Amino acid sequence: MLNKNSKAASVSFHNVSKVYGNPTTGVRAVDDVSINIEAGTLVTLLGPSGCGKTTTLRMIAGLEMPTSGKVMIGDMDVTNLPATDRDVSMVFQSYALFPHMSVLENVSYGLKFSGFKKSEIQDRALAGLNLVGLDGYGDRLPSELSGGQQQRVAVARALVLEPQVLLFDEPLSNLDAKLRRRVREEIREIQQNLGLTVVYVTHDQEEALAVSDRIIVMNNAVIAQDGTPRDLYDAPANRFVADFIGEANILDCQIVSIEGNQALVELDGYNVRLPPRDNQVGPALLGVRPNRIVIGKPGAANSLAGEVVRVTYVGNHLELTIKTNAGELFATSDDVDAPLESGTKVSVTFAKNAPVLLKN
Amino acid sequence: MRAIAETKSGSAHPTLILWLIIGWAGFFVFPWYGVEDSVFTFGWLFEGYPLDDDVAPVFFQGISGQKGWLLPHLIFLIGPIFALNRPRSDPLHAKILIICGALGFGWLIAQGFSIGIRGWNFGWQESLFGPLGDRQFGMGTGAMLVASAFLFILTQGIAARGAVNGDIFVVGAIGFVITIVAIFVFYPIFNMLTSAFVTQDNSYSISVFFEKFTDRRLWGLGCLQGGRCGAAWNSLVLAILVGMITTVLGLAFALVVTRTGFRFKRGLRALTVLPIITPPFVIGLAIILLFGLSGNVTRFVADTIGIAPTRWVYGMPGVLIAQVLAFTPIAFLVLIGVVEGVSPSMEEAAQTLRANRWETFRTVSLPLMRPGLANAFLLGFIESMADFGNPLVLGGNFDVLSTEIFFAIVGAQYDQGRAAVLALVLLAFTLGAFWAQRFWLGKKSYTTMTGKGDSGVHPLLPKGLAIPVYLVVGIWTIFTITIYTMIIYGSFVELWGVKNTLTFKHYITAFSIDFTQEGVRKYTGSAWDSFWTTLQIAAISAPLTAAVGLVTAYLLTRQNFAGKNSFEFGTMLSFAIPGTVIGVSYILAFNVPPLEITGTGVILVVSFIFRNMPVGVRAGIASMSQLDKSLDESSLTLGANSWQTFLNVILPLLKPAILAALVYSFVRAMTAISAVIFLVSAEYNMATSYIIGRVENNDYGLAIAYSTSLIIVMLAAVGLLQLLVGRTNIGRRHSQPSSKN
Ligand SMILES: Nc1ncnc2c1ncn2[C@@H]1O[C@H](COP(=O)(O)OP(=O)(O)O)[C@@H](O)[C@H]1O
Ligand SMILES: [Mg+2]
Repeated sequence: MLNKNSKAASVSFHNVSKVYGNPTTGVRAVDDVSINIEAGTLVTLLGPSGCGKTTTLRMIAGLEMPTSGKVMIGDMDVTNLPATDRDVSMVFQSYALFPHMSVLENVSYGLKFSGFKKSEIQDRALAGLNLVGLDGYGDRLPSELSGGQQQRVAVARALVLEPQVLLFDEPLSNLDAKLRRRVREEIREIQQNLGLTVVYVTHDQEEALAVSDRIIVMNNAVIAQDGTPRDLYDAPANRFVADFIGEANILDCQIVSIEGNQALVELDGYNVRLPPRDNQVGPALLGVRPNRIVIGKPGAANSLAGEVVRVTYVGNHLELTIKTNAGELFATSDDVDAPLESGTKVSVTFAKNAPVLLKN
Repeated sequence: MRAIAETKSGSAHPTLILWLIIGWAGFFVFPWYGVEDSVFTFGWLFEGYPLDDDVAPVFFQGISGQKGWLLPHLIFLIGPIFALNRPRSDPLHAKILIICGALGFGWLIAQGFSIGIRGWNFGWQESLFGPLGDRQFGMGTGAMLVASAFLFILTQGIAARGAVNGDIFVVGAIGFVITIVAIFVFYPIFNMLTSAFVTQDNSYSISVFFEKFTDRRLWGLGCLQGGRCGAAWNSLVLAILVGMITTVLGLAFALVVTRTGFRFKRGLRALTVLPIITPPFVIGLAIILLFGLSGNVTRFVADTIGIAPTRWVYGMPGVLIAQVLAFTPIAFLVLIGVVEGVSPSMEEAAQTLRANRWETFRTVSLPLMRPGLANAFLLGFIESMADFGNPLVLGGNFDVLSTEIFFAIVGAQYDQGRAAVLALVLLAFTLGAFWAQRFWLGKKSYTTMTGKGDSGVHPLLPKGLAIPVYLVVGIWTIFTITIYTMIIYGSFVELWGVKNTLTFKHYITAFSIDFTQEGVRKYTGSAWDSFWTTLQIAAISAPLTAAVGLVTAYLLTRQNFAGKNSFEFGTMLSFAIPGTVIGVSYILAFNVPPLEITGTGVILVVSFIFRNMPVGVRAGIASMSQLDKSLDESSLTLGANSWQTFLNVILPLLKPAILAALVYSFVRAMTAISAVIFLVSAEYNMATSYIIGRVENNDYGLAIAYSTSLIIVMLAAVGLLQLLVGRTNIGRRHSQPSSKN
């Protein structure tokens, strides 16, 4: 068996930028990013396609060199160290299994270059296969495995090296939905059992929320927010994060007054008290999750007056679109038997602590 | 634990030590100058080694007081020792290596060019430094080792400074390819360029160039009034015609093979491979046997219809027919890949968008084949320009550049300048075609491989197209079969058209073996010498060509470095240079020191490597771009360095490309004539030049018998190569991993 990894190391970026092509006119894929990933944690890079996640990951691997800034692994400056010389392994989106080598040869590949004895290489490779549940598949060629099995071979191949940092680039995107959930749980379990430092790239927010200790949300080459899954979901920093993680209604509102840690916020006559989060008195943006919208009888006190314009039944809940003077709201209701239909007049309030003022 | 950063960025420098040892060996042990025989026979050890000037290592040359200009090399071989105990990240480490490597290499080149067989090479040096009481000959093993050591010390210095992520192997490989291309492509061409301006008394003058350039024999248009045209016009018109016809024919073949229900596809493929393993002028010979004054067809027509035999086939018509037959298969091989590569799903998409088969072909398939068509034309054009054998055999009064160049060098008029000018014109034409092709293709993307599994099928050809295509292919097939029957038959005929009895005489003359009483064999046949030489040279140059080609392809597809575009252009340049030009430029450049290799086998090997390398590069690029880059990257992140990655991951997956490159360069080395004819010597005669010699003596029987034997040997060799290289098993190929567990 593989032991708990004592080598897991932290990763940090200090003002790292990466420009593809001409330094002045080229594509700025990563722009002045500083991050710090603690040893033994699983951190996700999350963001829409093209925001620079893969580039960030490849700079950790040493497959791309930063245009400026400093990359550290543990307490070593690796900025100019090529991939071969870094103690980092990566699981590729395409798995990148060597098609001409058997599963066992694939898993042994990195061990061969790490100065192990022949017998130890074999032992470790077999232990790696065992860890991912592929005992007995060693002699097959990658092309003779299913997608999920190929993915596990790729994981085993990276794991057996007990790297300081293990990288995953969208490892689940070639799997179907059911399998995706299972494999991500397996990855998380192995990570926690072995105490690995894992950097995990995905564009799927649900996947990120499920596996991560911490999530770094990226947008347009910069970091949009960095925090625990709970932080990001409950207190998104800005409109982009609120929208990208889960769904959110983003509404224009007015801050009437701020007293200490409480701001009085008004939306078309509906008043709520919230932490101001760096906002000043005046117009502001309010985010609220669809499942935290409470629908009541029309005419209730301190509420928004609205009218249901669309109802969709999706099995375990209802999806509602409600028109109010503060804007159109998207809400979900678990009460699938509620007598709501298009044209019903309702009142709308927000659950306690549900809405947040977005930072500007 | 994993061997990581410490060793690699630390102060162990195994590669550097290796190259230093090689450099010292070159300096202290091996003869500096070229020795008579190969160094590996070690005959030089008994010829006064180490003190005799001819075989002495540079160290002894230097301390014996003469040739003091060789000693400074030692400084630059000692210098790098001071870099050994510094870590790679130390800027001083890189600086020492770069300075020593660059100055050492520079000094070696400078002294080589400055001091030749008559002392100083340039007048100004003599007036500056006074006369030199000594001289030197061409460099040899010692010099080569020292030069390589300097080169790789320099590249390691550059790598240590962080170029290409500090990768020693990649920087070294780039440096190596640049150096050899500079020495064996750019230097001879440049040298030839200058010799076009040299006057009788060895000074330079533009007017000499213009005088030779404007020669009537080059640009005359007399043929429009029934006279003779200049060689330049003849070559150009011929090459354009050959390029167009071979492209159309090649396309027809490719379409029949990929898009019709034709049942004898394999036979057709085999038939198109034949001309590739045939020395090109053999087809010319067969045409004489058919259409010459005493040819079969000529006499048949004379006997039946009573048309008096004429010499119509000698000239443009004969050369054109021979070249079309010889080069159509090349066009076919280029186009088959392209025609198959057009993604079926694009064609299917067009059909679902209500285009019928003809419209689909015209609007989707054909435009996507454009790069292939352009390449096929370019190849036909260049091959025709460079072809030497067919015009020599069939040209008659139809002068073309390649034969004119030959006669300027070997003829009674011996005129290097004229040869150089003619070669330049030839080069200008082919480079012009090269640029025109690039221009025509423009920047559009013709990527047809989507990378996703493409399960569609190609639509069949529309009827209106299929019929003419079948017709063309049919005629060509019959003609080719006739030609090859003629060749085989001709090799058994005593004297064509005069004495038609069958005989083994020609084979016996060429390949007889005498068994003496003790059972010792003696190769008494007249062809054996050139046959063994040819086999040997081809066997040596094929793997070297494939290696250089594939390493270059690897650099071009897998690495990013400054100046990559010029690098690509440089390595592909020799592709646009006709063999005739290579031949001329090589004898001009390499029969004087510092590199004196004319008349040796080395010059033949080198010329084959650089003539055929572009095909290896192309084959490598084509298959490497189908290997996803993440394969290399995962190997790198798993701790293999780029050399180990190349060896363990890329090479095994490239076996088809390796085989293609090996076969191509082997076959080319056996059949080439245009460059070879200039480079052979009494000692190293090649089969093709021997055969051409027989043809010039009207000894057709022997020539054809020898050619037939060559064809058979090549067939055997290709089969053997296939066995040697083997196949890499990657099982059934999923292009998309399936999503079931
Ligand atoms: N090799 C490259 N050359 C030029 N631009 C690139 C290259 N790789 C990525 N980019 C660009 O950099 C940006 C970020 O890419 P990437 O890191 O792959 O995004 P993500 O993984 O988040 O989808 C994109 O705009 C992409 O087009
Ligand atoms: Mg990506």
